[in-house]
Amino acid sequence: MHPAISVICFTVLSGAGFGLIALTTALAFMPGLIALSNGEILFAGVLGTVLATLGLLASTLHLANPRNAWRAFSRFRTSWLSREAVFAVLFYPCAGLWLGAVAFGLSAVLIDLGAALSLVLSLLTVFSTGMIYASLRAIPRWNSPLVPLNYLLLGLASGALLLTTILTVTRAGAMGSDVLMLTLVLLVLAGLGKALYFLWMGTPQGPSINTALGMTRGQARLLESGQGGRSNFLDTEFRFQIDGKTLRRLRWLFGLLGVALPVVAVALLSAGDGFFLIFLILPVTLFGYGVERWLFFAEAQHVVNLFYGAQRV
Amino acid sequence: MRLGLVIDMDTCVGCQACVVACKQWNSSGTLGPLTDYHAYADDPSGVAFNRVRSYEVGDYPHSKTVNMPMSCLHCDTAECVTVCPTGASYKREEDGIVLVDQDKCMGCNLCAWACPYGARELDDSTGVMKKCTLCVDRIYDESLPENDRQPACVLTCPTHARFFGDFDDPDSKVSRLVRDRGGQQPMAELGYNPVNRYLPPRPKAQAEQADTEAKPLQERLREWADMSIAP
Repeated sequence: MHPAISVICFTVLSGAGFGLIALTTALAFMPGLIALSNGEILFAGVLGTVLATLGLLASTLHLANPRNAWRAFSRFRTSWLSREAVFAVLFYPCAGLWLGAVAFGLSAVLIDLGAALSLVLSLLTVFSTGMIYASLRAIPRWNSPLVPLNYLLLGLASGALLLTTILTVTRAGAMGSDVLMLTLVLLVLAGLGKALYFLWMGTPQGPSINTALGMTRGQARLLESGQGGRSNFLDTEFRFQIDGKTLRRLRWLFGLLGVALPVVAVALLSAGDGFFLIFLILPVTLFGYGVERWLFFAEAQHVVNLFYGAQRV
Repeated sequence: MRLGLVIDMDTCVGCQACVVACKQWNSSGTLGPLTDYHAYADDPSGVAFNRVRSYEVGDYPHSKTVNMPMSCLHCDTAECVTVCPTGASYKREEDGIVLVDQDKCMGCNLCAWACPYGARELDDSTGVMKKCTLCVDRIYDESLPENDRQPACVLTCPTHARFFGDFDDPDSKVSRLVRDRGGQQPMAELGYNPVNRYLPPRPKAQAEQADTEAKPLQERLREWADMSIAP
Protein backbone atom coordinates (compact mmCIF):
# COMPACT_ATOMS: atom_id res chain seq x y z
CA MET A 1 0.00 0.00 0.00
CA HIS A 2 1.13 3.51 -0.78
CA PRO A 3 2.24 5.24 2.46
CA ALA A 4 0.62 8.69 2.37
CA ILE A 5 2.46 11.26 4.51
CA SER A 6 -0.82 12.91 5.55
CA VAL A 7 -2.18 9.65 6.95
CA ILE A 8 1.12 8.91 8.73
CA CYS A 9 1.11 12.37 10.38
CA PHE A 10 -2.57 11.96 11.22
CA THR A 11 -2.29 8.59 12.94
CA VAL A 12 0.94 9.37 14.81
CA LEU A 13 -0.12 12.84 16.03
CA SER A 14 -3.71 12.01 16.91
CA GLY A 15 -2.56 8.72 18.49
CA ALA A 16 -0.11 10.62 20.72
CA GLY A 17 -2.66 13.35 21.49
CA PHE A 18 -5.49 10.99 22.36
CA GLY A 19 -3.03 8.73 24.22
CA LEU A 20 -1.98 11.69 26.38
CA ILE A 21 -5.63 12.60 27.04
CA ALA A 22 -6.53 9.00 27.90
CA LEU A 23 -3.62 8.68 30.36
CA THR A 24 -4.26 12.05 31.97
CA THR A 25 -7.98 11.40 32.45
CA ALA A 26 -7.33 7.87 33.69
CA LEU A 27 -4.76 9.14 36.21
CA ALA A 28 -7.25 11.80 37.37
CA PHE A 29 -9.38 8.92 38.61
CA MET A 30 -6.40 7.33 40.36
CA PRO A 31 -4.94 10.11 42.49
CA GLY A 32 -3.38 7.48 44.72
CA LEU A 33 -1.12 6.40 41.86
CA ILE A 34 0.05 9.71 40.40
CA ALA A 35 -1.61 12.90 41.70
CA LEU A 36 -1.66 15.51 38.95
CA SER A 37 -2.09 19.18 39.79
CA ASN A 38 -4.77 21.21 38.00
CA GLY A 39 -2.07 23.04 36.06
CA GLU A 40 -0.57 19.78 34.85
CA ILE A 41 -3.97 18.42 33.87
CA LEU A 42 -4.71 21.58 31.87
CA PHE A 43 -1.29 21.53 30.20
CA ALA A 44 -1.66 17.86 29.24
CA GLY A 45 -5.31 18.26 28.22
CA VAL A 46 -4.65 21.23 25.97
CA LEU A 47 -1.49 19.74 24.43
CA GLY A 48 -3.29 16.45 23.77
CA THR A 49 -6.23 18.21 22.18
CA VAL A 50 -3.94 20.35 20.01
CA LEU A 51 -1.98 17.29 18.81
CA ALA A 52 -5.18 15.36 18.10
CA THR A 53 -6.55 18.35 16.18
CA LEU A 54 -3.36 18.70 14.13
CA GLY A 55 -3.63 15.01 13.29
CA LEU A 56 -7.28 15.26 12.31
CA LEU A 57 -6.52 18.29 10.12
CA ALA A 58 -3.68 16.35 8.47
CA SER A 59 -6.14 13.54 7.73
CA THR A 60 -8.28 15.85 5.60
CA LEU A 61 -5.25 16.48 3.36
CA HIS A 62 -5.59 12.85 2.33
CA LEU A 63 -9.05 13.46 0.87
CA ALA A 64 -9.30 14.08 -2.85
CA ASN A 65 -12.58 15.94 -2.42
CA PRO A 66 -12.57 17.45 1.12
CA ARG A 67 -15.66 19.56 0.37
CA ASN A 68 -17.73 16.47 1.13
CA ALA A 69 -15.86 15.60 4.36
CA TRP A 70 -18.84 16.72 6.45
CA ARG A 71 -20.78 13.79 5.03
CA ALA A 72 -18.36 11.37 6.74
CA PHE A 73 -20.52 11.33 9.88
CA SER A 74 -23.45 9.72 8.12
CA ARG A 75 -22.63 6.00 8.07
CA PHE A 76 -21.94 5.30 11.74
CA ARG A 77 -23.72 1.97 11.59
CA THR A 78 -21.36 0.31 9.09
CA SER A 79 -18.21 2.35 8.53
CA TRP A 80 -15.29 2.52 10.97
CA LEU A 81 -14.11 5.71 9.29
CA SER A 82 -17.49 7.25 10.02
CA ARG A 83 -17.33 6.01 13.61
CA GLU A 84 -13.86 7.50 14.02
CA ALA A 85 -15.10 10.84 12.70
CA VAL A 86 -18.11 10.81 15.05
CA PHE A 87 -16.05 9.85 18.11
CA ALA A 88 -13.39 12.46 17.27
CA VAL A 89 -15.96 15.24 16.97
CA LEU A 90 -17.89 14.16 20.09
CA PHE A 91 -14.57 14.28 21.95
CA TYR A 92 -14.30 18.07 21.67
CA PRO A 93 -17.33 19.12 23.77
CA CYS A 94 -16.43 16.47 26.35
CA ALA A 95 -12.82 17.65 26.54
CA GLY A 96 -14.16 21.21 26.73
CA LEU A 97 -16.37 20.25 29.66
CA TRP A 98 -13.52 18.47 31.42
CA LEU A 99 -10.83 21.14 30.91
CA GLY A 100 -13.31 23.99 31.46
CA ALA A 101 -14.50 22.44 34.72
CA VAL A 102 -10.87 21.99 35.85
CA ALA A 103 -9.87 25.51 34.80
CA PHE A 104 -12.80 27.28 36.44
CA GLY A 105 -12.90 25.03 39.48
CA LEU A 106 -16.41 23.73 38.85
CA SER A 107 -17.92 20.87 40.83
CA ALA A 108 -16.13 17.54 41.02
CA VAL A 109 -19.09 15.81 39.39
CA LEU A 110 -18.67 17.88 36.21
CA ILE A 111 -14.91 17.29 36.20
CA ASP A 112 -15.39 13.56 36.64
CA LEU A 113 -18.11 13.40 34.00
CA GLY A 114 -15.99 15.35 31.47
CA ALA A 115 -12.90 13.28 32.26
CA ALA A 116 -14.76 9.98 31.96
CA LEU A 117 -16.31 10.92 28.62
CA SER A 118 -12.97 12.25 27.30
CA LEU A 119 -11.24 9.03 28.38
CA VAL A 120 -13.77 6.79 26.65
CA LEU A 121 -13.97 8.87 23.47
CA SER A 122 -10.20 9.27 23.07
CA LEU A 123 -9.69 5.51 23.38
CA LEU A 124 -12.64 4.81 21.05
CA THR A 125 -11.24 7.18 18.43
CA VAL A 126 -7.84 5.49 18.39
CA PHE A 127 -9.49 2.06 18.39
CA SER A 128 -11.66 3.11 15.43
CA THR A 129 -8.57 4.31 13.55
CA GLY A 130 -7.09 0.83 13.95
CA MET A 131 -10.35 -0.82 12.97
CA ILE A 132 -10.50 1.17 9.71
CA TYR A 133 -7.49 -0.88 8.63
CA ALA A 134 -8.26 -4.09 10.51
CA SER A 135 -11.71 -4.36 8.91
CA LEU A 136 -10.32 -4.61 5.36
CA ARG A 137 -10.34 -8.24 4.29
CA ALA A 138 -8.77 -7.26 0.97
CA ILE A 139 -5.53 -6.44 2.82
CA PRO A 140 -4.79 -9.66 4.78
CA ARG A 141 -1.84 -8.19 6.73
CA TRP A 142 -4.13 -5.58 8.25
CA ASN A 143 -7.03 -7.91 8.84
CA SER A 144 -6.02 -8.76 12.41
CA PRO A 145 -6.98 -7.79 15.97
CA LEU A 146 -3.28 -6.97 16.45
CA VAL A 147 -3.78 -3.81 14.38
CA PRO A 148 -6.18 -1.93 16.71
CA LEU A 149 -4.14 -3.28 19.65
CA ASN A 150 -0.98 -1.76 18.15
CA TYR A 151 -2.71 1.55 17.48
CA LEU A 152 -3.91 1.70 21.09
CA LEU A 153 -0.57 0.66 22.61
CA LEU A 154 1.49 3.01 20.43
CA GLY A 155 -0.91 5.87 21.13
CA LEU A 156 -0.77 5.27 24.89
CA ALA A 157 3.04 4.86 24.87
CA SER A 158 3.62 8.10 22.97
CA GLY A 159 1.07 9.78 25.25
CA ALA A 160 2.98 8.50 28.28
CA LEU A 161 6.22 9.89 26.91
CA LEU A 162 4.51 13.24 26.40
CA LEU A 163 3.19 13.15 29.97
CA THR A 164 6.69 12.36 31.28
CA THR A 165 8.05 15.33 29.34
CA ILE A 166 5.34 17.62 30.74
CA LEU A 167 6.03 16.48 34.29
CA THR A 168 9.75 16.96 33.74
CA VAL A 169 8.97 20.62 33.06
CA THR A 170 6.41 21.19 35.82
CA ARG A 171 8.17 19.26 38.54
CA ALA A 172 11.74 20.11 37.54
CA GLY A 173 12.64 16.48 37.26
CA ALA A 174 11.29 15.32 40.61
CA MET A 175 8.19 13.59 39.25
CA GLY A 176 8.49 10.37 41.20
CA SER A 177 9.06 6.90 39.91
CA ASP A 178 5.43 5.89 39.25
CA VAL A 179 4.94 7.90 36.05
CA LEU A 180 8.36 6.77 34.78
CA MET A 181 7.50 3.15 35.49
CA LEU A 182 4.16 3.58 33.69
CA THR A 183 5.91 5.11 30.67
CA LEU A 184 8.53 2.37 30.59
CA VAL A 185 5.90 -0.37 30.75
CA LEU A 186 3.82 1.21 27.98
CA LEU A 187 6.85 1.80 25.73
CA VAL A 188 7.96 -1.81 26.12
CA LEU A 189 4.42 -3.16 25.66
CA ALA A 190 4.02 -1.11 22.47
CA GLY A 191 7.32 -2.47 21.18
CA LEU A 192 6.32 -6.03 22.06
CA GLY A 193 2.92 -5.62 20.40
CA LYS A 194 4.60 -4.44 17.24
CA ALA A 195 7.13 -7.30 17.40
CA LEU A 196 4.22 -9.72 17.67
CA TYR A 197 2.65 -8.09 14.59
CA PHE A 198 5.90 -8.40 12.60
CA LEU A 199 6.15 -12.06 13.64
CA TRP A 200 2.51 -12.78 12.70
CA MET A 201 2.90 -11.00 9.38
CA GLY A 202 5.80 -13.23 8.34
CA THR A 203 3.72 -15.94 6.68
CA PRO A 204 1.27 -14.96 3.96
CA GLN A 205 -2.18 -16.19 4.87
CA GLY A 206 -4.34 -14.51 2.27
CA PRO A 207 -5.56 -15.73 -1.08
CA SER A 208 -3.14 -16.74 -3.84
CA ILE A 209 -2.91 -15.95 -7.55
CA ASN A 210 -4.55 -19.34 -8.14
CA THR A 211 -7.69 -18.56 -6.18
CA ALA A 212 -7.74 -15.09 -7.73
CA LEU A 213 -7.84 -16.57 -11.23
CA GLY A 214 -9.86 -19.63 -10.23
CA MET A 215 -7.08 -21.81 -11.71
CA THR A 216 -5.88 -23.97 -8.87
CA ARG A 217 -4.25 -26.85 -10.76
CA GLY A 218 -1.10 -25.20 -12.03
CA GLN A 219 1.24 -22.33 -11.44
CA ALA A 220 0.01 -19.03 -12.84
CA ARG A 221 2.21 -16.22 -14.16
CA LEU A 222 1.33 -12.78 -15.40
CA LEU A 223 1.96 -12.38 -19.13
CA GLU A 224 0.50 -8.97 -19.75
CA SER A 225 -0.99 -6.47 -17.30
CA GLY A 226 -3.19 -4.80 -19.88
CA GLN A 227 -3.50 -1.09 -20.38
CA GLY A 228 -2.20 1.47 -17.95
CA GLY A 229 1.54 0.98 -17.61
CA ARG A 230 2.85 1.95 -14.20
CA SER A 231 0.99 5.09 -13.29
CA ASN A 232 -2.75 4.53 -13.06
CA PHE A 233 -4.59 4.55 -9.72
CA LEU A 234 -4.18 0.82 -9.09
CA ASP A 235 -0.45 1.04 -9.79
CA THR A 236 0.28 3.96 -7.51
CA GLU A 237 -2.12 3.04 -4.69
CA PHE A 238 -1.70 -0.73 -4.41
CA ARG A 239 1.46 -1.75 -6.23
CA PHE A 240 3.86 0.13 -3.98
CA GLN A 241 6.89 -2.15 -3.67
CA ILE A 242 10.02 -1.81 -1.63
CA ASP A 243 12.73 -4.40 -1.19
CA GLY A 244 12.75 -6.65 1.87
CA LYS A 245 16.21 -5.51 2.98
CA THR A 246 15.07 -1.89 3.36
CA LEU A 247 11.93 -3.04 5.16
CA ARG A 248 13.96 -5.07 7.67
CA ARG A 249 16.32 -2.14 8.26
CA LEU A 250 13.35 0.15 8.87
CA ARG A 251 11.95 -2.31 11.41
CA TRP A 252 15.22 -2.09 13.32
CA LEU A 253 15.16 1.69 12.96
CA PHE A 254 11.73 1.71 14.60
CA GLY A 255 13.04 -0.58 17.35
CA LEU A 256 15.92 1.85 17.96
CA LEU A 257 14.08 5.19 17.70
CA GLY A 258 10.65 4.11 18.93
CA VAL A 259 11.58 1.67 21.71
CA ALA A 260 15.24 1.51 22.73
CA LEU A 261 16.11 5.23 22.85
CA PRO A 262 13.00 6.38 24.79
CA VAL A 263 13.41 3.46 27.20
CA VAL A 264 17.02 4.51 27.86
CA ALA A 265 15.97 8.13 28.24
CA VAL A 266 13.21 7.30 30.72
CA ALA A 267 15.56 4.98 32.62
CA LEU A 268 18.10 7.83 32.84
CA LEU A 269 15.36 10.13 34.15
CA SER A 270 14.50 7.67 36.88
CA ALA A 271 18.17 7.63 37.81
CA GLY A 272 17.80 11.39 38.30
CA ASP A 273 19.66 12.30 35.15
CA GLY A 274 19.08 13.42 31.57
CA PHE A 275 16.39 16.06 32.03
CA PHE A 276 17.31 17.69 28.77
CA LEU A 277 17.67 14.39 26.98
CA ILE A 278 13.92 13.78 27.19
CA PHE A 279 13.21 16.87 25.07
CA LEU A 280 15.57 15.52 22.44
CA ILE A 281 14.14 12.00 22.63
CA LEU A 282 10.47 13.01 22.35
CA PRO A 283 10.62 14.17 18.69
CA VAL A 284 12.98 11.28 17.88
CA THR A 285 10.48 8.78 19.29
CA LEU A 286 7.58 10.38 17.41
CA PHE A 287 9.70 10.15 14.25
CA GLY A 288 10.31 6.47 15.08
CA TYR A 289 6.56 5.99 15.36
CA GLY A 290 6.27 7.70 11.96
CA VAL A 291 8.69 5.09 10.59
CA GLU A 292 6.49 2.38 12.13
CA ARG A 293 3.40 3.85 10.46
CA TRP A 294 5.20 4.13 7.11
CA LEU A 295 6.13 0.45 7.43
CA PHE A 296 2.54 -0.41 8.35
CA PHE A 297 1.49 0.81 4.92
CA ALA A 298 4.56 -0.21 2.91
CA GLU A 299 4.50 -3.81 4.15
CA ALA A 300 0.77 -4.33 3.63
CA GLN A 301 -0.10 -6.03 0.36
CA HIS A 302 -3.49 -5.55 -1.23
CA VAL A 303 -4.89 -8.69 -2.86
CA VAL A 304 -5.19 -6.83 -6.18
CA ASN A 305 -1.44 -7.51 -6.49
CA LEU A 306 -2.39 -11.12 -7.21
CA PHE A 307 -3.93 -10.00 -10.49
CA TYR A 308 -0.62 -8.32 -11.26
CA GLY A 309 1.35 -11.53 -10.84
CA ALA A 310 2.11 -11.78 -7.10
CA GLN A 311 1.86 -15.42 -6.03
CA ARG A 312 0.75 -14.67 -2.46
CA VAL A 313 0.04 -11.53 -0.51
CA MET B 1 -33.21 -8.83 -9.80
CA ARG B 2 -29.50 -9.44 -9.49
CA LEU B 3 -27.86 -8.15 -12.64
CA GLY B 4 -24.33 -9.08 -13.56
CA LEU B 5 -21.96 -10.51 -16.09
CA VAL B 6 -20.71 -13.95 -16.99
CA ILE B 7 -17.26 -13.93 -18.55
CA ASP B 8 -16.08 -16.93 -20.51
CA MET B 9 -12.35 -17.39 -20.01
CA ASP B 10 -12.43 -20.18 -22.58
CA THR B 11 -13.32 -17.90 -25.45
CA CYS B 12 -11.85 -14.57 -24.32
CA VAL B 13 -8.86 -13.77 -26.51
CA GLY B 14 -7.70 -10.72 -24.56
CA CYS B 15 -8.28 -8.29 -27.44
CA GLN B 16 -9.12 -5.37 -25.09
CA ALA B 17 -12.16 -4.45 -27.18
CA CYS B 18 -14.37 -4.44 -24.06
CA VAL B 19 -11.92 -2.08 -22.36
CA VAL B 20 -12.15 0.35 -25.28
CA ALA B 21 -15.93 0.04 -25.64
CA CYS B 22 -16.35 0.62 -21.89
CA LYS B 23 -14.13 3.67 -21.99
CA GLN B 24 -15.92 5.04 -25.05
CA TRP B 25 -19.43 4.63 -23.64
CA ASN B 26 -18.72 5.69 -20.08
CA SER B 27 -16.55 8.70 -20.90
CA SER B 28 -19.81 10.48 -21.57
CA GLY B 29 -21.92 8.35 -19.23
CA THR B 30 -23.37 9.06 -15.79
CA LEU B 31 -20.03 8.44 -14.04
CA GLY B 32 -17.89 10.04 -16.70
CA PRO B 33 -15.52 11.43 -17.66
CA LEU B 34 -12.95 8.66 -17.36
CA THR B 35 -10.03 11.05 -17.20
CA ASP B 36 -6.83 10.29 -19.09
CA TYR B 37 -3.55 11.42 -17.57
CA HIS B 38 -0.80 12.68 -19.88
CA ALA B 39 -2.50 10.96 -22.78
CA TYR B 40 0.07 12.08 -25.35
CA ALA B 41 3.21 11.61 -23.26
CA ASP B 42 5.50 8.61 -22.90
CA ASP B 43 3.51 6.95 -20.14
CA PRO B 44 -0.17 7.49 -20.84
CA SER B 45 -2.64 6.23 -18.25
CA GLY B 46 -6.05 7.00 -16.91
CA VAL B 47 -9.22 5.83 -15.25
CA ALA B 48 -10.79 2.62 -16.51
CA PHE B 49 -13.78 0.60 -15.33
CA ASN B 50 -12.59 -2.55 -16.99
CA ARG B 51 -9.12 -4.02 -17.41
CA VAL B 52 -8.02 -7.21 -19.13
CA ARG B 53 -4.91 -9.05 -17.97
CA SER B 54 -3.34 -12.15 -19.44
CA TYR B 55 -1.78 -15.10 -17.65
CA GLU B 56 0.04 -18.31 -18.39
CA VAL B 57 -1.33 -21.19 -16.33
CA GLY B 58 0.63 -24.42 -16.01
CA ASP B 59 4.10 -25.23 -17.29
CA TYR B 60 5.10 -25.67 -20.91
CA PRO B 61 4.11 -27.79 -22.79
CA HIS B 62 1.02 -28.23 -20.60
CA SER B 63 0.37 -24.54 -20.30
CA LYS B 64 -2.48 -22.34 -21.37
CA THR B 65 -2.92 -18.64 -21.90
CA VAL B 66 -5.86 -17.31 -19.95
CA ASN B 67 -7.25 -13.81 -20.33
CA MET B 68 -9.13 -12.35 -17.42
CA PRO B 69 -11.23 -9.21 -17.88
CA MET B 70 -11.95 -7.54 -14.56
CA SER B 71 -14.54 -4.91 -13.84
CA CYS B 72 -16.84 -4.44 -10.85
CA LEU B 73 -18.31 -7.80 -9.83
CA HIS B 74 -21.28 -6.14 -8.08
CA CYS B 75 -20.74 -8.28 -4.95
CA ASP B 76 -23.65 -9.35 -2.76
CA THR B 77 -21.45 -8.63 0.26
CA ALA B 78 -20.21 -5.31 -1.07
CA GLU B 79 -17.75 -4.10 1.58
CA CYS B 80 -16.92 -1.10 -0.60
CA VAL B 81 -20.42 0.05 0.35
CA THR B 82 -20.28 -0.72 4.07
CA VAL B 83 -16.88 0.97 4.62
CA CYS B 84 -17.97 4.16 2.85
CA PRO B 85 -18.29 6.88 5.52
CA THR B 86 -20.30 9.32 3.42
CA GLY B 87 -22.96 7.06 1.96
CA ALA B 88 -21.69 7.85 -1.56
CA SER B 89 -21.25 4.15 -2.34
CA TYR B 90 -24.46 2.23 -2.56
CA LYS B 91 -25.86 -1.03 -3.87
CA ARG B 92 -29.21 -0.70 -5.58
CA GLU B 93 -32.01 -2.63 -3.94
CA GLU B 94 -33.84 -3.29 -7.20
CA ASP B 95 -31.06 -4.80 -9.34
CA GLY B 96 -27.95 -5.12 -7.15
CA ILE B 97 -25.85 -2.67 -9.17
CA VAL B 98 -23.14 -1.01 -7.04
CA LEU B 99 -22.77 2.69 -7.80
CA VAL B 100 -21.02 5.81 -6.48
CA ASP B 101 -22.93 9.03 -5.93
CA GLN B 102 -20.43 11.54 -7.29
CA ASP B 103 -22.04 14.38 -5.36
CA LYS B 104 -21.41 12.70 -1.99
CA CYS B 105 -17.95 11.10 -2.44
CA MET B 106 -15.11 12.77 -0.52
CA GLY B 107 -12.33 10.80 -2.20
CA CYS B 108 -10.96 8.99 0.87
CA ASN B 109 -10.05 5.83 -1.14
CA LEU B 110 -11.34 3.49 1.58
CA CYS B 111 -13.79 1.74 -0.78
CA ALA B 112 -10.97 1.11 -3.26
CA TRP B 113 -8.94 -0.42 -0.40
CA ALA B 114 -11.87 -2.60 0.59
CA CYS B 115 -12.39 -3.94 -2.95
CA PRO B 116 -10.31 -7.08 -3.59
CA TYR B 117 -10.76 -6.85 -7.35
CA GLY B 118 -9.31 -3.39 -8.04
CA ALA B 119 -12.62 -2.33 -9.50
CA ARG B 120 -12.58 1.20 -8.14
CA GLU B 121 -10.31 3.96 -9.34
CA LEU B 122 -10.01 7.50 -8.05
CA ASP B 123 -10.26 10.17 -10.72
CA ASP B 124 -7.64 12.78 -9.84
CA SER B 125 -9.32 15.46 -11.91
CA THR B 126 -12.66 15.35 -10.09
CA GLY B 127 -11.43 13.88 -6.78
CA VAL B 128 -14.15 11.23 -6.66
CA MET B 129 -14.21 7.46 -6.95
CA LYS B 130 -15.24 5.94 -10.28
CA LYS B 131 -16.37 2.43 -11.06
CA CYS B 132 -18.24 0.19 -13.48
CA THR B 133 -21.94 1.05 -13.58
CA LEU B 134 -22.93 -2.06 -15.51
CA CYS B 135 -23.91 0.61 -18.07
CA VAL B 136 -26.90 1.53 -15.92
CA ASP B 137 -27.50 4.45 -18.30
CA ARG B 138 -27.86 2.03 -21.18
CA ILE B 139 -29.54 -1.17 -20.00
CA TYR B 140 -32.75 0.66 -19.03
CA ASP B 141 -32.80 3.10 -21.94
CA GLU B 142 -36.06 2.42 -23.73
CA SER B 143 -35.08 4.62 -26.65
CA LEU B 144 -32.54 1.96 -27.61
CA PRO B 145 -33.54 -1.19 -29.50
CA GLU B 146 -34.03 -4.02 -26.99
CA ASN B 147 -30.93 -5.88 -28.20
CA ASP B 148 -28.81 -2.85 -27.45
CA ARG B 149 -29.94 -2.58 -23.82
CA GLN B 150 -26.82 -4.38 -22.61
CA PRO B 151 -23.49 -3.15 -21.23
CA ALA B 152 -21.12 -1.80 -23.88
CA CYS B 153 -18.49 -4.44 -23.09
CA VAL B 154 -20.99 -7.25 -23.73
CA LEU B 155 -22.22 -5.80 -27.01
CA THR B 156 -18.75 -5.24 -28.40
CA CYS B 157 -17.10 -8.54 -27.47
CA PRO B 158 -16.12 -10.14 -30.80
CA THR B 159 -15.86 -13.64 -29.36
CA HIS B 160 -19.10 -13.55 -27.33
CA ALA B 161 -17.14 -14.15 -24.16
CA ARG B 162 -19.33 -11.79 -22.13
CA PHE B 163 -22.96 -12.31 -21.14
CA PHE B 164 -25.28 -9.99 -19.28
CA GLY B 165 -28.37 -11.05 -17.38
CA ASP B 166 -30.33 -11.63 -14.20
CA PHE B 167 -28.79 -14.14 -11.80
CA ASP B 168 -31.99 -14.34 -9.77
CA ASP B 169 -33.78 -15.87 -12.74
CA PRO B 170 -32.76 -19.56 -12.80
CA ASP B 171 -33.60 -19.82 -16.51
CA SER B 172 -31.66 -16.78 -17.69
CA LYS B 173 -28.74 -17.29 -20.04
CA VAL B 174 -26.26 -16.30 -17.33
CA SER B 175 -27.74 -18.66 -14.72
CA ARG B 176 -27.71 -21.53 -17.19
CA LEU B 177 -24.11 -20.83 -18.21
CA VAL B 178 -23.01 -20.76 -14.58
CA ARG B 179 -24.77 -24.07 -13.96
CA ASP B 180 -23.57 -25.83 -17.10
CA ARG B 181 -19.99 -24.58 -17.14
CA GLY B 182 -19.22 -24.34 -13.42
CA GLY B 183 -19.07 -20.55 -13.20
CA GLN B 184 -16.59 -19.41 -10.54
CA GLN B 185 -16.17 -16.46 -8.23
CA PRO B 186 -12.60 -15.13 -8.06
CA MET B 187 -11.23 -15.22 -4.50
CA ALA B 188 -14.47 -16.74 -3.25
CA GLU B 189 -12.70 -17.48 0.06
CA LEU B 190 -12.76 -13.79 0.95
CA GLY B 191 -16.53 -14.02 1.17
CA TYR B 192 -17.53 -10.96 -0.87
CA ASN B 193 -19.97 -13.12 -2.88
CA PRO B 194 -19.42 -11.51 -6.27
CA VAL B 195 -22.42 -11.68 -8.63
CA ASN B 196 -20.27 -11.80 -11.77
CA ARG B 197 -18.99 -15.25 -12.61
CA TYR B 198 -16.08 -16.55 -14.67
CA LEU B 199 -16.42 -19.67 -16.79
CA PRO B 200 -13.17 -21.66 -16.60
CA PRO B 201 -11.55 -22.89 -19.82
CA ARG B 202 -13.15 -26.11 -21.02
CA PRO B 203 -11.05 -29.21 -20.37
CA LYS B 204 -9.56 -30.25 -23.70
CA ALA B 205 -10.58 -33.89 -23.37
CA GLN B 206 -14.22 -32.92 -23.03
CA ALA B 207 -14.40 -30.52 -25.97
CA GLU B 208 -17.65 -31.02 -27.82
CA GLN B 209 -17.39 -33.73 -30.46
CA ALA B 210 -19.77 -34.54 -33.28
CA ASP B 211 -21.55 -37.67 -32.08
CA THR B 212 -23.48 -38.42 -35.25
CA GLU B 213 -22.29 -40.15 -38.36
CA ALA B 214 -20.78 -38.01 -41.09
CA LYS B 215 -23.43 -36.37 -43.22
CA PRO B 216 -23.31 -36.47 -47.01
CA LEU B 217 -21.26 -33.71 -48.60
CA GLN B 218 -24.30 -32.16 -50.29
CA GLU B 219 -26.13 -31.73 -46.97
CA ARG B 220 -23.05 -30.33 -45.21
CA LEU B 221 -22.60 -27.78 -48.02
CA ARG B 222 -26.23 -26.73 -47.69
CA GLU B 223 -25.87 -26.34 -43.89
CA TRP B 224 -22.69 -24.34 -44.33
CA ALA B 225 -24.47 -22.05 -46.83
CA ASP B 226 -27.41 -21.64 -44.44
CA MET B 227 -25.07 -20.76 -41.58
CA SER B 228 -23.16 -18.27 -43.70
CA ILE B 229 -26.31 -16.44 -44.75
CA ALA B 230 -28.25 -16.48 -41.48
CA PRO B 231 -26.25 -17.59 -38.42
